[in-house]
Amino acid sequence: MRDRLIFAAQFAFTLLVAAFLIVPAVLSMLAGVTLNYFRGIQSGLTLQWVVQVWELYSETIFRSFLIAITTLAVTLIVGIPAAYALHLRSDRLSRAIEEVITLPLAIPGLALALALLLSYGGFSDFRRSWLFILAGHSVFTLPFMVRSVMAMFGAIDVKTLDEGAASLGAPPWRRFRDVIVPNAAPGILAGSLMVVTLSLGEFNLTWMLHTPLTKTLPVGLADSYASMRLEVASAYTLVFFVMIIPLLVAMQTFARYRGNPAALPR
Amino acid sequence: MIARSSGNADGHGVAVSAENCAKTFADGTQALGSVTLDVERGETVVLLGPSGCGKTTLLRIIAGLEHPDAGGRVLFNKTDVTRVPIERRNVGMVFQSYALFPNMNVAENIGYGLKIRGVNGAERGARVAELVALTGIEGLEHRRIDQLSGGQRQRVALARAVAVRPSVLLLDEPLTALDAALRERLRGELNRLLRTLGITTIYVTHDQSEAMALGDHIVVMRKGAIAQIGTPRDIYFAPASRFVAEFVGAANIVEAEYRDGSLVFPGGKLAATAAGDGKGKEPVVVMIRPESIKIVPADGAALCGQVEAVSFVGDRQRAAIGGVAAKAIMVDAPNSLPLKTGDRVGLAVDPGAVRLLPGDSQ
Repeated sequence: MRDRLIFAAQFAFTLLVAAFLIVPAVLSMLAGVTLNYFRGIQSGLTLQWVVQVWELYSETIFRSFLIAITTLAVTLIVGIPAAYALHLRSDRLSRAIEEVITLPLAIPGLALALALLLSYGGFSDFRRSWLFILAGHSVFTLPFMVRSVMAMFGAIDVKTLDEGAASLGAPPWRRFRDVIVPNAAPGILAGSLMVVTLSLGEFNLTWMLHTPLTKTLPVGLADSYASMRLEVASAYTLVFFVMIIPLLVAMQTFARYRGNPAALPR
Repeated sequence: MIARSSGNADGHGVAVSAENCAKTFADGTQALGSVTLDVERGETVVLLGPSGCGKTTLLRIIAGLEHPDAGGRVLFNKTDVTRVPIERRNVGMVFQSYALFPNMNVAENIGYGLKIRGVNGAERGARVAELVALTGIEGLEHRRIDQLSGGQRQRVALARAVAVRPSVLLLDEPLTALDAALRERLRGELNRLLRTLGITTIYVTHDQSEAMALGDHIVVMRKGAIAQIGTPRDIYFAPASRFVAEFVGAANIVEAEYRDGSLVFPGGKLAATAAGDGKGKEPVVVMIRPESIKIVPADGAALCGQVEAVSFVGDRQRAAIGGVAAKAIMVDAPNSLPLKTGDRVGLAVDPGAVRLLPGDSQ
């Protein structure tokens, strides 16, 4: 009896905390499909705000995806070989490089953006293109990819696998392609989902780096909060949620299999 | 060398030499002093020693996974391969942890080396089937690695290493990860397999019974140096040092005094053959294996002592006999002999079984 009471109390508390976090998100999304938020839900439901957001901001949505995907490509191409090299070599230099790669995590996005602006702002074509934002996102997300892949390499004893493949005659790139990458796949996948999610949602850095012609989704969101009616901003939030939630769910799912490729569903 | 069975289809591989191979790691630890080793074509050489003796480092240098320090050379059939990376040495290697690829099934693992060499699918399939049969893992071809038992993984690792018809087969403690009963069974299988293949094999182990069973020659290593090279019989019956005598098999190592053709112990004396120069009194260290000592009636025996402890091991019993030498002498007695603590017994030792060890040896 006492146990059940305790359980019930705990359960109620958990629900309360969850509600505290979830209710604002639900309200915000609901506002996006309400005809007039100040009159409440009885004013009727509509998709007109969503349509309006699409008309005004669809460009930012596509740009965000373009940047997220290219950021992913960059972090894959740079990050996996870097993680491989850093894992195999355990000298001081590689530890130092690892720290440097991780540094952007500790630096505020604004400072990072400022540094990029100071260094490369003078190249005006580059400054004006979305590639400038890509550069920022790549620097910012690279540590997540490298860390994630390195953790995987640590879990699968990649050195011995590499030596095993080498003993069978495989040159370095074949070992990398046939053995290292496939066995690190769960780590690479987890890193990829993280990179895409971070890039899609990144605001600080992007806000500093964007131009009126290179707005991304979160920057557009801030823009709509500042200058549009609340329903439009909320509809925008709804669009953002719909896109980011499946990614987060996928990330959670694969995070569970990290370090244990054998447990992956096949 | 021991004669080989005929009718092997895999060739006999290459002769392997390591010349003046030393290895000092980046952190300054010297894993291997300057070591020179010659392995004849087709023979099985076992590198035996306690952990940290440099045996694995020497194997890795021969494999091409480590470079020897300047001055060291590795030769395959008299060709210098010191700077050739492992992937171009055509070796077959079995790792202690097997290093099987979890992303491939059993057949793909075994066939990987052939795939790298550009062998076409049909030929590859045939070779894989051949090795699956040879190592007795039929029916497991499509299993994933994590679905295999330890013994099965060991066989897959061996099949994979042999599939490419390597010039030399290198095995790094291949049985260590298995439990004792399985280890013994696989040792027998491995022995048959190595004899069938007749390929040059270098086998690293810390287990002296594995070394005895598998090696044509055994290289006993200690602290980065070779302590002795010989056939299993040489190593067992004629150890070059106290270390080898103690590391390989059970041994009584006792101090005695050599006096006029006899070895004099506190408990009596033994006739000695060709020990020392026969002049005057000399302190010596001798080794006697427990199984070469017989328990006889105390009356009239050359050596006498008292049973201090008896442990019955089933097929025999091991008795500790005190009062013969400075420390108790271990004797393997037949299991039918009634022995109990406190009995006064005599010991008979065949003079040929007494091995004089270098006095200052460790």
